[in-house]
Amino acid sequence: MAEMHRSTVAGWGNTARVTGTIVTPTSEAEIEQLLTTAKGGVIARGLGRSYGDPAQVAGGTVASNASLQEFGPIDRSTGLVTLGSGVSIDNLLSVAIPHGFFVPVTPGTRQVTIGGAIASDIHGKNHHVDGSFMNHVESLDLMTPVGLKHVSPTEDPELFWATAGGMGLTGIILRATVKLLKIDSAYVSVDTTRHNNLDEVMAAMIEGDHRYRYSVAWVDCMTSGARLGRGVLTRGDHAPRDVVQGRAGAEEAIPTKPRLSVPFDAPSGLLNRLSITAFNEVWFRKAPKNKIGGIERISTFFHPLDGVANWNRLYGQRGFVQYQFVVTDEQAETIRLAIEKLSSSKVPSFLAVLKRFGPGNLSPISFPTPGWTLALDLPVGPAALPKVLNELDELVSQAGGRIYFAKDSRMSPASVAEMYPGLEAFRSVLHRVDPDGVMVSDLARRLNLRGTLDA
Amino acid sequence: MRDAFGQPQSAIVFGGTSDIAKATLHQLVAKRLDRVVLVGRSVDALEVEKSQLLSAGCSTVQIVVNNAADPAAAAKAVEEAFAALGQPADLVLMAVGLLGDQAHDDDSAERTAEMFTVNTTWPAAVLAGVRGRLVAQGYGHIVVLSSVAALRTRRANYTYGAGKMGLDGFARGLAASLTGTGVSLQIIRPGFVTTKMTQHLDKAPFSTTAEAVAQVIVDGLSSKKTVIYAPSIVKFVFVILRHLPEVIWRRLPG
Repeated sequence: MAEMHRSTVAGWGNTARVTGTIVTPTSEAEIEQLLTTAKGGVIARGLGRSYGDPAQVAGGTVASNASLQEFGPIDRSTGLVTLGSGVSIDNLLSVAIPHGFFVPVTPGTRQVTIGGAIASDIHGKNHHVDGSFMNHVESLDLMTPVGLKHVSPTEDPELFWATAGGMGLTGIILRATVKLLKIDSAYVSVDTTRHNNLDEVMAAMIEGDHRYRYSVAWVDCMTSGARLGRGVLTRGDHAPRDVVQGRAGAEEAIPTKPRLSVPFDAPSGLLNRLSITAFNEVWFRKAPKNKIGGIERISTFFHPLDGVANWNRLYGQRGFVQYQFVVTDEQAETIRLAIEKLSSSKVPSFLAVLKRFGPGNLSPISFPTPGWTLALDLPVGPAALPKVLNELDELVSQAGGRIYFAKDSRMSPASVAEMYPGLEAFRSVLHRVDPDGVMVSDLARRLNLRGTLDA
Repeated sequence: MRDAFGQPQSAIVFGGTSDIAKATLHQLVAKRLDRVVLVGRSVDALEVEKSQLLSAGCSTVQIVVNNAADPAAAAKAVEEAFAALGQPADLVLMAVGLLGDQAHDDDSAERTAEMFTVNTTWPAAVLAGVRGRLVAQGYGHIVVLSSVAALRTRRANYTYGAGKMGLDGFARGLAASLTGTGVSLQIIRPGFVTTKMTQHLDKAPFSTTAEAVAQVIVDGLSSKKTVIYAPSIVKFVFVILRHLPEVIWRRLPG
């Protein structure tokens, strides 16, 4: 029988910690049984890297996917591989890279499971070229409260696409068949350019992003005036073998253990306006002004924060919130307005991540839509923060944009209804596969994703 | 659900028309509060507060009439309040209180009994019922309005102070009993608050307002402290005051 215990859980931002039952089912039968017997709602949880409350349910049951570790084999000709939902991108890369394959989409950390990647329909630096994670999923097995479903873009496509970015509310993902990307080496060829303000950063991205598979800009939200939104743009692609000949083999290019660790919570307030301004300054100065064809290891380029385990503890007991939104190209001005608002409100913000999204997919609820996306890290503490973020919600909503559920921990249900026109379509799928509302998370309750609170 | 800043979306308020409860509700509604149940004695006062909350943006406000002078009604108050909310409660605020008129009631058995019923017996009984509900739902936060008067009784309001002392002690034990349940409890100890309950009295030093106490309650929702003073300075004032020799204590004004 599956291991079961009571515990407290929180998201990576370490806010809104709650108590519930944690269970680690080991078989399909156990998962099926769990969905019929658990009280207070069930939600799946992977490695807990979403920032807010999507992988927790206060007073209910959190089903860890840690035992769902089915792995492969990788089909060498097509790159297709079937993976248990608990397999992490870290595990996957440690096997795939030596065989000349890479994940089609990776977020900024390798500590994300396949189940989580699907439930959040994660995106990476290549969204403008390759789309989000579900664009590379061929099919998946899902235990819904009405039974096991095998779904794909052709078999029950509504359920397949509602599961993309569906935040785990369509059921517990058991396994998925993913198409990996062939790579020629374990290195990335990177061009780095430094830009003195936001306009320059955005102009450079518009002009040249299409030439690169990967592109991301780190933007400073603590500057103002002529230097508002200065940034460092890094773009690249997997390096061809002949370019990196003589360097360490593929295996050595993937560090499996973090080099540093934060063993306990730092005092809240360590990351304040002063320290963050100083950090941003150093970081900007140390970036090269213009460096073409630099060679970086995969881990350095894609997963810089994985070098420090538990880095979220640097934010202290009060934790932090992330804020990520997307707006269309026509509403690019919203990016500037958002950075100006943060800069003028004196709310400290770590480096923001700016990138461009390509076309979205068929999901009614997945986050990525074409345009500009900005992600912010904000320590909890400043009294003005909740209000500033509410104002950003309004700005984003008026611009027709939306906020990413995997990062959210504080938006309102009314905003969600405005930002996600596919919400009703999503709810009707939930109604079909989960008529009794078994699948529930704190995120779903807080944002009324199931629509149960509508009067 | 409470958000990253501890802000609730649903609340049940016992003593829903007290000045502090009203001020707190209006601050919470300006944030995330959307569904409210008001429990109180006077239908008229509850209706007024209900319409104000609705115009401030609440999507539903329900009223439950219950008299805190009747301890036998406490269980019904809990039952009706949770039924009216119709969903799990993120926050339960206990804001019932009766200051009384000490000099006038010194010799009144009836008034003294009523004071203890309203300030201690009924709230404690309700909190016991609330505990059961919240533990069953697996989460929720309770805020109990106590008073610095609970720290040491004074000539001017010893019946009130003793009543709050009982409630405060009960609430501290209740907080301890909730460890590991997912439910949490905070005790707010305001200093002298200028409200309709105290308008006939002279202001004490470090007096505060219902608005200021409400701000402390709302800010406190994101903290893990079990006991919070409003304003925070009264904590330090009372560290000294409560250890003064009785002969001096007795002579302090107010």
